[in-house]
Amino acid sequence: MSFESIQKSLAGQGYVAGDRLAMALHLADTLGRPLLLEGPAGVGKTEVAKALAAMKNTQLIRLQCYEGLDASHAIYEWNYQRQLLAIRAGTGEDELFSDKYLLRRPLLEAISADIPPVLLIDEIDRADEEFEAYLLEILSDFQITIPELGTLKATSRPLVILTANGTRDLSDALRRRCLYAFLDYPDRETELAILNARMPGLEAKLARQIVGVVQQIRREDLEKVPGIAEMLDWAAALSGLGLNDMAQDPEMLQATLVCLLKTAADRDAAPRQVLDAMIGKVA
Amino acid sequence: MQVTRFPARAEGMADRMSGFVAHLRGNGVRVGPQETADSLQALAAVDATNPEQARAALCSLLAQDAEDWRRFDDLFDAYWFNAGRQRAGNVSTHVQVQAARPTLWQPHFEPDAGDGNAEAAPEDASPDPGAEDAEGTDGRLIATRTINLNRRDLRELMDEHSLRQAEVAAERIARAIKDRRSRRRKQALRGPALDMRRIQRASLARGGEPMDLFRKAKPPRPMRIVAICDVSGSMTAYARVFLAFLKGLVGSGIQADAYLFHTRLMRVTDALQDHDTLRAAARLSLMAEGFGGGTDITGSLRSFVDGYGAKALNGRTVVVILSDGYCTSSPDDLGDVLALIRRKARRIVWLNPLKGWQDYAPVAAAIRAAEPHLDAHLPANTLQALAALEPEFAKL
Repeated sequence: MSFESIQKSLAGQGYVAGDRLAMALHLADTLGRPLLLEGPAGVGKTEVAKALAAMKNTQLIRLQCYEGLDASHAIYEWNYQRQLLAIRAGTGEDELFSDKYLLRRPLLEAISADIPPVLLIDEIDRADEEFEAYLLEILSDFQITIPELGTLKATSRPLVILTANGTRDLSDALRRRCLYAFLDYPDRETELAILNARMPGLEAKLARQIVGVVQQIRREDLEKVPGIAEMLDWAAALSGLGLNDMAQDPEMLQATLVCLLKTAADRDAAPRQVLDAMIGKVA
Repeated sequence: MQVTRFPARAEGMADRMSGFVAHLRGNGVRVGPQETADSLQALAAVDATNPEQARAALCSLLAQDAEDWRRFDDLFDAYWFNAGRQRAGNVSTHVQVQAARPTLWQPHFEPDAGDGNAEAAPEDASPDPGAEDAEGTDGRLIATRTINLNRRDLRELMDEHSLRQAEVAAERIARAIKDRRSRRRKQALRGPALDMRRIQRASLARGGEPMDLFRKAKPPRPMRIVAICDVSGSMTAYARVFLAFLKGLVGSGIQADAYLFHTRLMRVTDALQDHDTLRAAARLSLMAEGFGGGTDITGSLRSFVDGYGAKALNGRTVVVILSDGYCTSSPDDLGDVLALIRRKARRIVWLNPLKGWQDYAPVAAAIRAAEPHLDAHLPANTLQALAALEPEFAKL
């Protein structure tokens, strides 16, 4: 499968991928290496994995990282309650530590699936460094050792996507293991393509205006720059309100800006006149 | 940018690729022989005769962070397309093996380093000097020949004794803020308290008997320092002390980040970490080109917030600004920028060499704009003043 065909089938899932990203996904697939995605919030890092799973028609297994995430939440745990009940019922000892009493957490689930799933490790930079080291081991060997059961080898190699937001610096070792792609805010044409892919029923003129205003707003000096997700929210809000042209109802437009500007300072920084000027420019 | 010339008569693809990886390494991308092999494998998976495909494939494989990603195109063009420049004649017959340090520093080392072995001749590897300005397109500072001549050499400004004293002062400050602990207890291998939640949870596996004892402790939450030092004309007299001070901070074992600014901001943490003091000084003098010129505090701080700030600042960061507050740009926005830093960092301390003077009043417009946002505004005109900072930092 070449990178163009990946690009095309992702587009079929409503995800518009640039050349670089499609190439990175293609290599991750062929070389069997994890792919690390970085970029500002709301540019579609998590969506990549979802679209990819839908495209390959396979399961998406998601591990959301947070500070304090440990092995019992990420890999496996024994189901102690059931084990205790089993003891009372008089089950033999050798059966207690069997597959039946094992709770599979995302990482174990990912390597023991029949069809290779897409494993999304979201916001890896929020997890502790120790967990990162552990993850590195799993990602290189694709096997997990459970003392009571022995070593479980991967039945299928998942396609691993890691995302990071820059909360903390990732280790060099992890970066070297992974392929890398940086997702940035899209340019006008790409963003329009994304909007059309996501909301096909939208009026062409309104779509152009939405993308134009969002592109302008990103150039302003804001604390929280609106991402693609915010743009889509805004578009959904506008079409939900039955607007066909931005110039027709400035009051309502001002009210819907809550979808784009998420802090008080940003809202103050975008007064009516600025917005009107922007709309005047794109209309 | 350091350029390895494309080997015209290389042995084959592998040879050229290892030249490319060496070229990347010379420009600060952390790649090794493993990556050379991986690159060849990656090229086999794409249509390698199409330059755009090869570029995209190598980029996702070899770039390791956002900065590599941004400058990869320039590095790629410089090697495979000779940066758009064609030179007739004298094409080397083998891959140039990169010297560990860029050639433009060689004039500094050849007299004293004493390694007379065959390093690439300067005109061999550097792109024609003078054709580019002092900052390369990739953001890495390079010096052109003219600037080499009128550069201020900071080695003269760093004599052994004051360097040591200022370093000691910095280390003391670092120690004062180093040992901070979290108030919350978290699980730990050894610790004073028992972690009852985990013990109970684990006891389920033993039929309710608390067999495994888990412990918890207060994990260390060390403060970080970001030091931003003014090296403009008005600060020349203090530069010696402050550079040594920065070196002390960076080398003290705490997480410290150092920046210099005059009209531009540059990160010097890596240069200061260089264990070879002479080489560090040489690197600094290259960076401080334009040293002793005008000051643009606001612009420099803003570029800090926009660029490095996202990574460098967090809730445990002390920002130390070393400047006299004389500024050639408009100081109006300085308050806003400091308020922004204030929101992202824990504390802002301004070390002002003028403040140690008798009857100093903050009359400089920049200082007046800045003062409401500072946690502390302290004197730092002598080594003694620097040494006296320790108790102040312990209070922060």
